[in-house]
Amino acid sequence: MIKYTEDHEWLKLDGDVVTVGITEHAAEQLGDVVFVELPELGTMVAKGDEIVVIESVKAASDIVAPVDGEIVEINDAIVDNPGAVNEDPLGAAWFFKVKVDDTSVMKDYMDEDEYKDMIG
Amino acid sequence: MPELNELPLVALHVELGARMVPFAGWNMPVQYPMGVMGEHQHTRTASGLFDVSHMGQVILRGPNAAAALETLVPADIVGLGEGRQRYALFTNPEGGILDDLMVANRGDHLFLVVNAACAEQDIAHMQAHLPALGVTVEVISDRALLALQGPGSEAALATLLPETAAMRFMDVAILGDIWVSRSGYTGEDGYEISVPAAKAEAFARQLLAIDAVKPIGLGARDSLRLEAGLCLYGHDIDTTTTPNDAALMWSIGKARRAGGARAGGFPGAELILSATPARQRVGLLPEGRAPMREGVALFASAEGSEAIGQITSGGFGPILGAPMAMGYVPTALAATGTQLWGDVRGKRLPVKVAPLPFVPAGFKR
Repeated sequence: MIKYTEDHEWLKLDGDVVTVGITEHAAEQLGDVVFVELPELGTMVAKGDEIVVIESVKAASDIVAPVDGEIVEINDAIVDNPGAVNEDPLGAAWFFKVKVDDTSVMKDYMDEDEYKDMIG
Repeated sequence: MPELNELPLVALHVELGARMVPFAGWNMPVQYPMGVMGEHQHTRTASGLFDVSHMGQVILRGPNAAAALETLVPADIVGLGEGRQRYALFTNPEGGILDDLMVANRGDHLFLVVNAACAEQDIAHMQAHLPALGVTVEVISDRALLALQGPGSEAALATLLPETAAMRFMDVAILGDIWVSRSGYTGEDGYEISVPAAKAEAFARQLLAIDAVKPIGLGARDSLRLEAGLCLYGHDIDTTTTPNDAALMWSIGKARRAGGARAGGFPGAELILSATPARQRVGLLPEGRAPMREGVALFASAEGSEAIGQITSGGFGPILGAPMAMGYVPTALAATGTQLWGDVRGKRLPVKVAPLPFVPAGFKR
C-alpha cells in the first residue's frame, strides 16, 4: 500500500516499517538535486519534524517526518549521488525507513487518486 | 502585486515549455524542460539562447555624451573606441554602487544596457544630470534583447549574420536593424543581440532551428554567471558596497584614477580612489557537498561567536561539480586559501577563500 502526503512524500508500509521518499512531481518541481542530508540511524522522530534537507540547483527545502517512530534505515546512496532523486524518486532514491508503533497512521494520508487530484 | 511586464517572446517561451516566474517586474522563463543543470552544461559546451529583454536599453546622444556620462560613472568612456563596449558602474556620493551596466560607443551616440530592476532609477538618474550637459536620454522600449552564449555561438550566429564571426570580445556592431555586441554574462564567448520587438520571435526561431542552440532560462543564467565570478546587482554589489570592496577597481580606467588625465569627477570619487577597503568580495569554496547560499554568515573559526562576513551569492556549480559561493570578508582574511566557516542550518561547515572565476573564461580575444 502506497500513500501520499500533502508535502509530496510517498509512504510504503511493510510490516511495521514505513519507507519514505518524494514523488515524481516533487522531484520535478525541485529541479536537479545536488545535496541530501539524512537523519541519523536510531533517531526518534515525531511527525512534522524537519529531518531531511534536500538542496537543488535552485533552493533548499526540508522533508518532514510523516509519522512518529524510529529511523531504522537510511539511503546513503542518495547522499553520494543526489541526482538519483531526479532519476528514480519512486524506486532507488527512497530517503529513510521509520519503524512505527501504530500502523493505523497510514490512514491519515491520501491514496494515489487523491494525490493526483491534489496536484492537478 | 503590480502587473508583470510581458516579454515580446512570451508566447515562444510558453510553447517551449518554460516555467515562468516573476523577476524584477517581468514574467520570465526560469527554466525549460532540459532543467537548470542541463541548460548550464549545454551553454558551456554548445550554444544557449537567453531572452534578456527585461534589461533596460538606453541611447545617449549629444556632442559630449561620453564626457557627460563620466560625471556619473568612474569608467573611462571618453577613451572608449568606436565600435567598442565597456563595463561600468553608476556610483553614489558615498562611494556605493547604484547599478552596473554596459556602455558601447557607436560613433555618434552611446548605447547602454542596464539591469531590469534598476532601469527606472538609472533612467531617472541620467535624466536628472545629463540634459544639463547637452545630452538626450532616449529609452528604447520597442526592442527585444537576446543573448547567445557558449562556444557554438559564433558558428550559429554566423549562419544569420556572417559579419559577427569576425567580431572580437567587447566589439559592437550595427547590422541593419540588428545591434550586436560580442559579450555576455556567462564567462563564455557569445553575443548580445538587440532586435526590433516585432522581428524578435522570427529571429529567435531561426536560431533555435540550429541544432547547437537551445533555450536557456534565468536559473542557468545565474549559475553560469556565478561560476564565471560575475556580480549580480542587488546581491553581490549594491549601494553599501564600493567598487574597491567589490574588487571592481579594474573597471575604473587609468584616466579616471588619481594622477590620470580625467581623474575623479564621478560621484564618490574621493572615497573610491583613496580608501583602502576594510573588506573584499572573494570567491568561496565550501569543502563539503552542502551549498552555502546567499545570507550564510561567515566565521573565522569553528567556535567564534562574531560573524566576520557573509555570503552574497551561492549555489552549486554544474561544471565545477561542487558548491560555490561569493561573499565579503575582512581584507585580512581575503587571501586565497584562507580557512573560514559558514553557518549552514546551525552547523559550522568549513569553506575556503578561492580565486574567481571558478571555471576559466572562454572569451574571443
